[in-house]
Amino acid sequence: MNLVLALLGGMLIGVSALLLYAVEGKIAGISGIVFSATGSERVWKLLFLGSLIAGGWLAIGAGAVMPRAPLPASTEGIALLSLAGVSVGLGTRLSKGCTSGHGVCGLARLSPRSLAAVMTFMGVGMLTATALRYAH
Amino acid sequence: MNRIVTPLFSGLLFGAGLVISGMADPSIVLGFLALGPGWNPALALVMGGALLITAPGFFWLRRRRARPFIADQFVMPPTRPVDHVLILGAALFGLGWGLAGFCPGPAIVSAGLGQGAALLFVPAFLIGGKIADFVEPRLRR
Repeated sequence: MNLVLALLGGMLIGVSALLLYAVEGKIAGISGIVFSATGSERVWKLLFLGSLIAGGWLAIGAGAVMPRAPLPASTEGIALLSLAGVSVGLGTRLSKGCTSGHGVCGLARLSPRSLAAVMTFMGVGMLTATALRYAH
Repeated sequence: MNRIVTPLFSGLLFGAGLVISGMADPSIVLGFLALGPGWNPALALVMGGALLITAPGFFWLRRRRARPFIADQFVMPPTRPVDHVLILGAALFGLGWGLAGFCPGPAIVSAGLGQGAALLFVPAFLIGGKIADFVEPRLRR
């Protein structure tokens, strides 16, 4: 895994979030945008989500490595993945933000809510992934 | 017209950044979240790299700009309180993130790239959001 690409990709995300806030005054928080994408202001939100996917395609076209995430082979794996999806949806809706809204934007806004959220989801995420690794 | 250019361009940069950084690959994300031998610290640089831009950028905007360059006002989500709903939600998010290696942005991009796991994860994520609409008022009672 390339450290330079991780840093470069992260900076692109930072430029994206800063651009949206500086010009349109909007927070580039993916969970918030998804959950409100059929409400008011849906035009820019749907455009943003569509071009998010298009940006992924462009990066692959320009030579980035295709992310591999095949469907799990076992029923247990399918169940765990579905449970994970529900948990992320429920959790990000309750805490009103995810890695982007609380992490990339909220920390930059010096928000105590975002700092608490980031420390919690990082901590629990690491505990869970580490436990899962040693359980296998 | 100029109101759609920024969201379009911003989305493109964001999606490209997620793929280039490795964040859209759940095995790389889990390699960061799971501690132990062979731990891969690279993903710390993704959020670090983003904050390298947003932290000084947002600070500058706050000092120098009363309003955004095109829109009338900055959206200001509340920065307090740090309450039980916030912490419970962040913990549930961390649990799912640590299980699957997907957070919302990468899951959407990966689904858009036709990856099977993401195509299952995203609908489950939307259902989780619907459950929150039902659960949240009860948590706040």
